[in-house]
Amino acid sequence: MTASTPTGTRVQFRAVTKQYPGHRALDGVDLDIAPGEFVALLGPSGCGKTTALRSLAGLEQITDGEILLDGSDVAATPVNRRDMGMVFQSYSLFPHMTVLENVEFGLRMRKVGAASRRTRAEEALEMVGLGVHGKRFAHQLSGGQQQRVALARALVTRPKVLLLDEPLSALDAKVRVQLRDEIRRIQLELGITTLFVTHDQEEALAVADRVAVMKAGRIEQIGAPEDLYQRPSSAFVADFVGVSNRLPGTVSGGEIDVHGVLLPLLAPARPDGAAVALVRPEDVRFAAAGVAATVLTTSFLGALRRTRVALADGTELAVQHGTEVAPAEGAVVHLAFTGAPVALAD
Amino acid sequence: MTARRSGGRGWALLGLTPFSAYVVLFLAVPTVLALGTGLFDGDGALTLDNLTGLLEPAVLRSFVDLLWLSGLTAVLGAIAGALICFSLLGTREDGWLRTGISAASGVLAQFGGVMLAFAFIALIGIQGLLTQWLLRTFDADIYEGGVWLYQVPGLILPYLYFQIPLMVITFMPAMSGLKPQWAEASATLGGTGAVFWWRIGFPVLAPSFLGSLLLLFANAFSSYGTAAALVSQGAPIVPLQVRAALISETVLGRENMAGALAIGMIVVMVVLMKAYSALQSRAERWMR
Repeated sequence: MTASTPTGTRVQFRAVTKQYPGHRALDGVDLDIAPGEFVALLGPSGCGKTTALRSLAGLEQITDGEILLDGSDVAATPVNRRDMGMVFQSYSLFPHMTVLENVEFGLRMRKVGAASRRTRAEEALEMVGLGVHGKRFAHQLSGGQQQRVALARALVTRPKVLLLDEPLSALDAKVRVQLRDEIRRIQLELGITTLFVTHDQEEALAVADRVAVMKAGRIEQIGAPEDLYQRPSSAFVADFVGVSNRLPGTVSGGEIDVHGVLLPLLAPARPDGAAVALVRPEDVRFAAAGVAATVLTTSFLGALRRTRVALADGTELAVQHGTEVAPAEGAVVHLAFTGAPVALAD
Repeated sequence: MTARRSGGRGWALLGLTPFSAYVVLFLAVPTVLALGTGLFDGDGALTLDNLTGLLEPAVLRSFVDLLWLSGLTAVLGAIAGALICFSLLGTREDGWLRTGISAASGVLAQFGGVMLAFAFIALIGIQGLLTQWLLRTFDADIYEGGVWLYQVPGLILPYLYFQIPLMVITFMPAMSGLKPQWAEASATLGGTGAVFWWRIGFPVLAPSFLGSLLLLFANAFSSYGTAAALVSQGAPIVPLQVRAALISETVLGRENMAGALAIGMIVVMVVLMKAYSALQSRAERWMR
């Protein structure tokens, strides 16, 4: 299966609003997705990320604003004419059809001839590694296989945009990672513009070109995964993307004093006074001297270890370090900070 | 752990004992007795005479009448019930309309027998309220062509009274089980609403619909009370033939014929239940 639109389609949200009775799901969302780009919408439940994706699909009618595909407003275009490929969170294969018939469905709707339909469906199944499963039914497949078929079904029509609505959330951890990587490989291969909704920050950071963090119907910050992680624009983003320790301190002159250590602020314009610094576990390390702490627990995470410690005033924080160090519970250790700029909690 | 689990299973099986005893006493034993009596004569000698009696014109006619009555009320009940379920699809699952209709259907599906017959006699019997009102107001006599309520065609309306609610309670779960994602997937792939129903909705619901249809057929086929209360002249359907064979004061010594008739009914019911089971199994696999 080859990409028919190697340059992809440009997607734009302009001041998109979706109002439900008593609840505004989207509150003036602006989003520009470049052709062939993979953008993840990340956020907690109810932040509006799924509504945004469903609005693009045409499954929700927006209240206000514009949704443009290559510059054309599609807000009034019915869902079956938007030319989107979509993979849903729950398994959505048609249960009475074989795998091959499922994949052929979109082509049948486009009046593609039987021979061409069969060839393209088989190619799509090959692409997701299920070429030999064409005659099976959905109930004869595992969850991961069903989502692969759903991906093949979504892509076989060569849609303008691929929409992924938490397609991995029902799968177990190992399959999730495999399929996640496979989705990214296929997306790069086809060059298809992709919008991926997830509440799993690791998933979003791992596959997306850019991640948009949403909160209360608005995009809080959009940027490359590294930008979001290292330079969060708000406490919400810092807190939601990655793990952060919350350390009380005093802001003065663009720095915050945390237990006698001065840390630079990501946003130095903050007025002086008491504040809470959000410090990444990897920005704290064990040292021969520094802030004294007592080890509470330590967890082996494979390539690294995370140890939870308590400071003298009872503040708890996590320290991420190499596996060569395995501090004993109850041991007294000393902490130092890498000096990376920190965000402040609201 | 295994011992605990097997102990738990033991208690569970013990809990099934009253039900199992009930089924054995009031379903299995009567079935065996019916089968048995059908194969013996009045003196206890083995005979096929009762079974060949099933080919008598009057008996055959009662089977045919029962089959078309059951078939017709099953089809009409299934269509009407399915339309009600379809109308309820757009309502909230826990809303008053759906729960109200569901509860009413649960009650009305069991509202057969003498009560139902009386209700119809009171409403559209010869002296029924509606009959007399139509006669007085419009000079319309619903019995101009004959007193149909007390014959086989007259059973259609009362049977539908419990068939339609039975369809609602058996088919609604299948209708509710249609995943919204199927419709959405169909739409994003280019399908219209009509395409969804034609290519996905109807085919997915077909096993459940046919299963419910068979259940309705079996329900009408085995109904006795309503027919017995309404039809006092002759025995136009098989359950009434069984009654006649057992207690008729004009035809004596045909108790064993009742057994043969029961065999005929059991054969039909076994075929129905087998087909129903196969359809249900497919429906459950698809709806999982």
